[in-house]
Amino acid sequence: MHKVEIISIFVENKPGKLEKITKILADSQINILGFSITSVKDFGVIKIFVDKTQEAYQLFKEKGFAVAITPAIGIEIVDKPGGLHEVVKFISSKGVNIENALVYVPESRKKAFFIFEVDNFEESLGALKNNGYNLLTKDYIK
Amino acid sequence: MFWNKEIECMDEEKLRELQLKKLKEVVKRVYERVPFYKKKFDEKGIKPEDIKTLDDIKYLPFTSKMDMREAYPFGLFAEPLSEIVEVHTSSGTTGKPVVAGYTRKDIELWAELIARSLTMIGVTKDDIIQIAYGYGLFTGGLGFHYGAQKIGATVVPASAGNTRRQIELMKDFGTTVIACTPSYALYLAEYAKEEMGIDPSALKLKKGSFGAEMWTEEMRKEIEKRFGIEAYNVYGLTEIIGPGVAHECPAKNGLHIWEDHFLVEIIDPETGETLPEGQEGELVITSLSREGMPMIRFRTRDITTLHREKCDCGRTLARIERIKGRSDDMIKVRGVMIFPYQIEQAILEVQGVEPHYQIVLTRPHYLDEIEVQVEMSKEVFSDDVKTIENLRKKLEKRVEEAVGVRVKVTLVEPKSIPRSEGKAKRIIDKRNLK
Repeated sequence: MHKVEIISIFVENKPGKLEKITKILADSQINILGFSITSVKDFGVIKIFVDKTQEAYQLFKEKGFAVAITPAIGIEIVDKPGGLHEVVKFISSKGVNIENALVYVPESRKKAFFIFEVDNFEESLGALKNNGYNLLTKDYIK
Repeated sequence: MFWNKEIECMDEEKLRELQLKKLKEVVKRVYERVPFYKKKFDEKGIKPEDIKTLDDIKYLPFTSKMDMREAYPFGLFAEPLSEIVEVHTSSGTTGKPVVAGYTRKDIELWAELIARSLTMIGVTKDDIIQIAYGYGLFTGGLGFHYGAQKIGATVVPASAGNTRRQIELMKDFGTTVIACTPSYALYLAEYAKEEMGIDPSALKLKKGSFGAEMWTEEMRKEIEKRFGIEAYNVYGLTEIIGPGVAHECPAKNGLHIWEDHFLVEIIDPETGETLPEGQEGELVITSLSREGMPMIRFRTRDITTLHREKCDCGRTLARIERIKGRSDDMIKVRGVMIFPYQIEQAILEVQGVEPHYQIVLTRPHYLDEIEVQVEMSKEVFSDDVKTIENLRKKLEKRVEEAVGVRVKVTLVEPKSIPRSEGKAKRIIDKRNLK
């Protein structure tokens, strides 16, 4: 199944907030594979892509965070000039709108995945599949 | 169910007769026994004999919280200390506390009021009632204690605080009735679910009597939903006797005042004029039966409306609406009067946000600013900044509409606003008004 999952956490925009989150992950030996931060004045949403999604989600929930899991699609980018451009062009040609995105680099200077959220997951995935592009699977992360 | 049906369903004319008889007696008593009242009556040129009808009460002077502070500690007692068997005080957060003195008969009266109140909502000797109001100087704990024992219910005197133990007791003892502040009730439900993995609606709890702070219909619905119970409103104040001055009946349409013991008026808080029935204003109470410390026209600072239409429950006694505001709690922001309940109602209307909020007042550049911090709820958390920002804007708009001044709404992390185990501290005033 070409579905990966991203964890989103609500945070106030204050010093030390990110540190609280990274500490929880570090203490539980959960590896961050990619992340992004979006903020609006006083608050923001931290998105992380980790190796143990469910475990991380439970941990944050138990610690009282406002946390959610969102499905996402990962698509391989070739590490060369224009690599991201080509992938993005392909996605838009299929009428798929990118909501939030981050990058996962499993092998430095060799392989990278562009990971993004979409409006309508199933439909978007259907449109992107079987077009010669390498889509990320959950198994690959392990 | 009725504890004292004869009184609770008394014919109105008879009730007025009884009130007049008692009013004359109490006015005479305080005039003769309490120098504070004698001085005030004399200043107004009024003698106890001048009170000929219930209407004549308007000639009597008001008693304020300020008067009570000046009389600290025992200046308003109408009985010598040898007859006083118990004292209670208000929290005294804004100065010297108010002291209330009770004779043995006053304690019995108090128990009767709570017994009527609890019986009205169906509490019987077969119930197990957990009293999670503070025991001690605060009137909440002991007032309920006396009344619940009078009914013969099994009292669990848990007092306030120690939330984990409260829930363990509820679970292990099979508590059927709870009495506490509404904000603490919500905290109990949250704590049970999230810290102990106990579904609050699976407890044996059937009903609750909640008061000692202002709350809203939305909060009632929330408490009822989370515990799967019927939640009722209780009203009272230390100056008058404590909880049990008025209580809701199953109709949940206003709180019946035990009028055989309390004479109530609604006045315009600015002018002191008595307002016609059905108009919102400040509640003024005269205690007709207290021995230790009778109160004449006490200005409660509580804003409500009085209704006399017959109630579905069959009681003839008047009802007050849920307390809408308190002149002490009222905040003036840029000259506009704001009550915290307006803000609370607005937040709760915007669906999904938990009722945990705090109002922060600042004056950064000679102009008041009002910030409302609302906790982000796990239930409505969206992974998307845009959606959250829209929620924030919606909250801001609703609160602004409700209070009529510009408001800044900030979303904060779950559980970042301190939980209270007694009265919720909703307002943080950081303005330097000196």
